[in-house]
Amino acid sequence: MKHKKASLILEDGSVYAGYSFGYYGDSDGEVVFNTGMVGYPETLTDPSYHGQILVCTYPLIGNYGVPGKKVKDNVLVDFESDKIQVKGMIVTDYSFDYSHWDASQSLHEWMIEEKIPGIFGVDTRAITRKLREKGTMLGKIICGEIHEEEFNVEDPNIRNLASEVCTTIPKLYRKGDKKIILVDCGVKNNIIRAFAERNISVLQVPQDYDFAKENCSGIVISNGPGDPKMCTQTIINTKKAMLENIPLLGICLGSQILALASGADTFKLKYGHRSHNQPVNEMGTRRCYITSQNHGYAINSETLSEDWREWFVNGNDGTNEGIMHISKPFFGTQFHPEASPGPDDTEFIFDMFVRALK
Amino acid sequence: MIKKGKPQKVLILGSGALQIGQAGEFDYSGSQAIKALKEDGIKTVLINPNIATIQTSEHLADQVYFLPIKKEFVEKVIIKEEPDAILLGFGGQTALNVGIELYEEKILEKYKVKVLGTSVETIKDTEDRFLFSSRVEEAGLKCALSRTVHNIEEAKIAAAEIKYPVMVRIAFALGGLGSGIVSNEIELVEKLQRAFAFTNQVLIEESLYGWKEVEYEIVRDKYDNCITVCSMENLDPMGIHTGDSIVVAPVQTLSAKENFKLRSIGIKLIRHLGVIGECNIQYALSPTSDDYRIIEVNARLSRSSALASKATGYPLAFVATKLAIGYNLNEIENIITKETSSCFEPALDYVVLKFPRWDLQKFLKVNTELGSEMKSVGEVMAIGRTFEEVL
Repeated sequence: MKHKKASLILEDGSVYAGYSFGYYGDSDGEVVFNTGMVGYPETLTDPSYHGQILVCTYPLIGNYGVPGKKVKDNVLVDFESDKIQVKGMIVTDYSFDYSHWDASQSLHEWMIEEKIPGIFGVDTRAITRKLREKGTMLGKIICGEIHEEEFNVEDPNIRNLASEVCTTIPKLYRKGDKKIILVDCGVKNNIIRAFAERNISVLQVPQDYDFAKENCSGIVISNGPGDPKMCTQTIINTKKAMLENIPLLGICLGSQILALASGADTFKLKYGHRSHNQPVNEMGTRRCYITSQNHGYAINSETLSEDWREWFVNGNDGTNEGIMHISKPFFGTQFHPEASPGPDDTEFIFDMFVRALK
Repeated sequence: MIKKGKPQKVLILGSGALQIGQAGEFDYSGSQAIKALKEDGIKTVLINPNIATIQTSEHLADQVYFLPIKKEFVEKVIIKEEPDAILLGFGGQTALNVGIELYEEKILEKYKVKVLGTSVETIKDTEDRFLFSSRVEEAGLKCALSRTVHNIEEAKIAAAEIKYPVMVRIAFALGGLGSGIVSNEIELVEKLQRAFAFTNQVLIEESLYGWKEVEYEIVRDKYDNCITVCSMENLDPMGIHTGDSIVVAPVQTLSAKENFKLRSIGIKLIRHLGVIGECNIQYALSPTSDDYRIIEVNARLSRSSALASKATGYPLAFVATKLAIGYNLNEIENIITKETSSCFEPALDYVVLKFPRWDLQKFLKVNTELGSEMKSVGEVMAIGRTFEEVL
């Protein structure tokens, strides 16, 4: 089988020539890498990757195909959102054959349907090394021959990416008597599932929705793509909500928004944390957990005010992984307690938050 | 930081002479254990009759006794050396069996020798098939439908209840010795006549022939921090012993849901059992649904853990020893990266494959078909970027 050529070109001029799989078409975005060894259906549909080209460090991708679109409680069972969110996917070895009882099509077929291009046959280790050395970079996927042209890729992080992926209208998932407001900044379905499983109703609202006056038992600010400082309206709304004593939980981007609303600062990490094996230590205890992470920004814990504490810290590089208020029920986790894909070590965060609900 | 309770002199039981199911793999674990203890300034005494292994070299343990791993000899060494603690999990099944004997006969109690790491009660829970099934059920998990039997008559009844074909498994055996699948009563009786010659406990189990065989290496400290360090998938499905199968790390045909579900189940069981240190858990996973069964737990270092350590660069035996002495998982330094802690689940960007090596012409009239009794005498490991490359 003869494969068509496709290449990845980075902003520093380096070219990685490989072959096309998925949709045959050009694309561009911020190039990031994820070290997960399984979970590409969930990873590709994670809205936090909006605007990004994903490099998978694990070399064999596609082995188990892609599952069908089953729905439960009005949420897709096997995907984190309704479409592929990445701008492209770069792998070393794509498996054109797949084998799994739950697969309904191959990754290649799915990517064609969703019009997302992929490149295989490149050395993802070399690309990752470069990204670790230089930091994340902008990149282009060019299918076919490369012509001399200007590298005109806009940095997606200057936009409010959350507004591009969130729901446009409020959606209610009715389950139990208690209801939480889920501020959607690019929410992953597993957060909705986590509350549904615990019999809590969820009102999913757009990222700029004024939720401060809404009647509910608690507010969850979801994960999402990009720079948290771009979510200006969400930060304003969160500040208002913090004046009431309503329980708040921020996940990933949500945790950063909570920090910004409290007056702390955030910064961009060199190449981010995107994996299923990040160790975090719970401050003040002997406990450590393995977590699923996908973030390019972090809270500068030195800027936390008097009433806030560092709750979790990354076991590898010491960056902030969670914050907690000392007297009010406000919590933030930088990692993903809902995982998907990933370990469920920190799923207890949901149980803890449910106990704190009004 | 361990402020108090650190042992002063530890006795390590090695694995003994080379046999099928017990060979060079334990050389690695024992050596790592000695290094870990020495780093903490603890005196080490090793019993291992194997003169041809690195573990028994001069520069490792403080004192080496080239004696068989048998209760009588170990007792003599205890009397002479007066260790205050003992490590049972670094010499494979042999060391474990002897350790259990020493415990039951109260020899360890008599000489005040503390068992480090996983307690003997927990070890028995994993070795005794009946106790194991009970523990798994208590934790709300599934293991293969089974009945423990002590004679042929009981076995016939159990097999009829479970329905043929059934798997016959021998308790406390090395390398699956004596076990196998039988399709009718005649084959059952034939197998059992041989089995009851060297054991008095046999398990009759539902046959999971053809199910995927997957294993995880799990590590846990005394503060209940528990992680999986490596996942492995056998190319050959259930029915072929893991020692005779081609094994690949990480798992290749599992979706994220399946992988993390088995991971959670393993952690839940290991926490319920109370393992401290390292252990290996094996599952059967249905190829047509997300149904699973827990097949076994080895509360000790094993050949899989030696493979897992080399595949991931995570020194399982070294860390297991530190955990046994009482360290917190996240305070043990990762001696490979030197920058991160041992609370870490390595993400591989390559594939590892283990291929067994046989030497069947050595054994006259042996059946050359592979089954659940291990026949390989060694193995080869390959690391590469694609499956085809490593194969």
